[in-house]
Amino acid sequence: MQINLEEAFQKRIDDEIKIEPRDWMPEKYRKTLLRQISQHAHSEIVGMLPEGNWITRAPNLRRKVALLAKVQDEAGHGLYLYSAAETLGMSRDEMLNELHSGKAKYSSIFNYPTLTWADMGAIGWLVDGAAIMNQVPLCRASYGPYARAMVRVCKEESFHQRQGYEIMLTLCQGTPEQKAMAQDALNRWWWPSMMMFGPNDDNSPNSAQSTKWKIKRFSNDELRQKFVDVSIPQAEILGITIPDKDLKWNEARGHYDFGVINWDEFNQVVAGNGPCNKQRLKARVDAWEKGAWVREAAVAYAEKREKRNSNKENSNAA
Amino acid sequence: MAEKDLLYNYSLHLADNSMILGQRCGEWCGHGPVLEQDIALTNIALDLIGEARSFYQLAADLKGGNANEDTVAFLRDVMAYKNVLLVEQPNYDWAYTIVRQFFYDVFHFYLHSELIDSNEPRLSNIAAKSLKEVTYHLKWSSEWMIRLGDGTDISREKMQDAVNGLWEFTGELFMPSSIEQQAFEAGFAPDLNILKPLWQEKVEDILAESTLFIPENNYQQKGGKTGVHSEHMGFILADMQFLQRAYPGANW
Repeated sequence: MQINLEEAFQKRIDDEIKIEPRDWMPEKYRKTLLRQISQHAHSEIVGMLPEGNWITRAPNLRRKVALLAKVQDEAGHGLYLYSAAETLGMSRDEMLNELHSGKAKYSSIFNYPTLTWADMGAIGWLVDGAAIMNQVPLCRASYGPYARAMVRVCKEESFHQRQGYEIMLTLCQGTPEQKAMAQDALNRWWWPSMMMFGPNDDNSPNSAQSTKWKIKRFSNDELRQKFVDVSIPQAEILGITIPDKDLKWNEARGHYDFGVINWDEFNQVVAGNGPCNKQRLKARVDAWEKGAWVREAAVAYAEKREKRNSNKENSNAA
Repeated sequence: MAEKDLLYNYSLHLADNSMILGQRCGEWCGHGPVLEQDIALTNIALDLIGEARSFYQLAADLKGGNANEDTVAFLRDVMAYKNVLLVEQPNYDWAYTIVRQFFYDVFHFYLHSELIDSNEPRLSNIAAKSLKEVTYHLKWSSEWMIRLGDGTDISREKMQDAVNGLWEFTGELFMPSSIEQQAFEAGFAPDLNILKPLWQEKVEDILAESTLFIPENNYQQKGGKTGVHSEHMGFILADMQFLQRAYPGANW
């Protein structure tokens, strides 16, 4: 019986029929998705912090409003994704507990600091750009609620990416100091962005199963290559230099060659030793703990009101 | 004061109130007690800064020359800001944030309800657009006043602390500066004496429903409207104006 269920499940996936919350699914499929979607949700929420860092200091009113709206979009993405993950049987509070305890991960890119305004540009251009490469294929992921959430997320992300690039373009067309600021941001964000695609394919143990289940449609290295190929002409338009001396067009492959990623740094950041890991987690835990009395009061008030209403109904009925 | 200067100064006062409160609300972004409320408060920040932009643009038009919304918003020092003390008070915690918002929302709501009838169409247009948003802000903050005032013992205590701490900054809302007085006499600003009882009644209603009290000490601070601010204001501007000051004349 079990075997037939699994076969039928795989057939639905092969036929590109979406899996919905009430459908039978292998436990490992459920767990894989839950881990991936909750990590993605956590990344949105933690990702609010590095950009939120510049809201009070945005250089003009137009940029301030755009940045506020962008960070708010990320909160919204977090909401859709937590909702999608909840359909797999874990509550948002439980997921947050896993984030706060350090059990759940989030994208390592957010463990780097935002030092100048140009970082708002570089994050939009490169980090959101890399995120889109990863996320567009997820709009066709086999799990229905995830795929649908990603359609909305991707629309907003591509807007953010253009907005970030436009910040970079403005800086690069500005004063020499502004252009230097843009170059500095590119220097700091390029390699961490390259790491966002995850380990090389020969070092990515879960990829084969995720591909079979159509959670994953392209390999880490394929997506990374696409990112490099797209980013190089964009940097040329900006007139700033990607910090990789090995970048070179490879006629035979039809792609750019690029240098070796510092996986030691990647592993350190994943392990909790990035420049801002502790700061980011503390900010999230603080927000949660300082908000506890607010959430408790909201629940207490809702219960009181319900009780009052039912008392009123009872006395009306009497 | 010439009518143009008067309108310029009055617009700046209105803009500064919304700008500084929007800046304060924006500080919460990413740190709210629950995701939905993080989003809600960011929305309010966006509305307030949006409104401030409209008034700054009007002020910049009146000023002429190279003035624009940013030069007007970013290139003045503390003494030249005309916002009330209430809006520059720090966030401290969610209780202070809600009470500050509520006190200001009630004022903001009645102000725009009157400003819609201004004889100056540029003001009444902004008020009409903003009133829709402010109506929502007031609903949101009133609900939170009641929810937290009548929530748990802890939440009631925190809310009462915030009411006690902020009450002394509410009186200034209704003490007309000479700009407001002249603007009223010229027919484009409402009479603050009309707004005061409306504000008082609404605040008393909601506080009663929140099981909260108006503090006995009714001494009222003033100064913001004439540029005599609290110590907090310099830090708000230091953040807000950092890039404009560090890179003069740059485009962003």
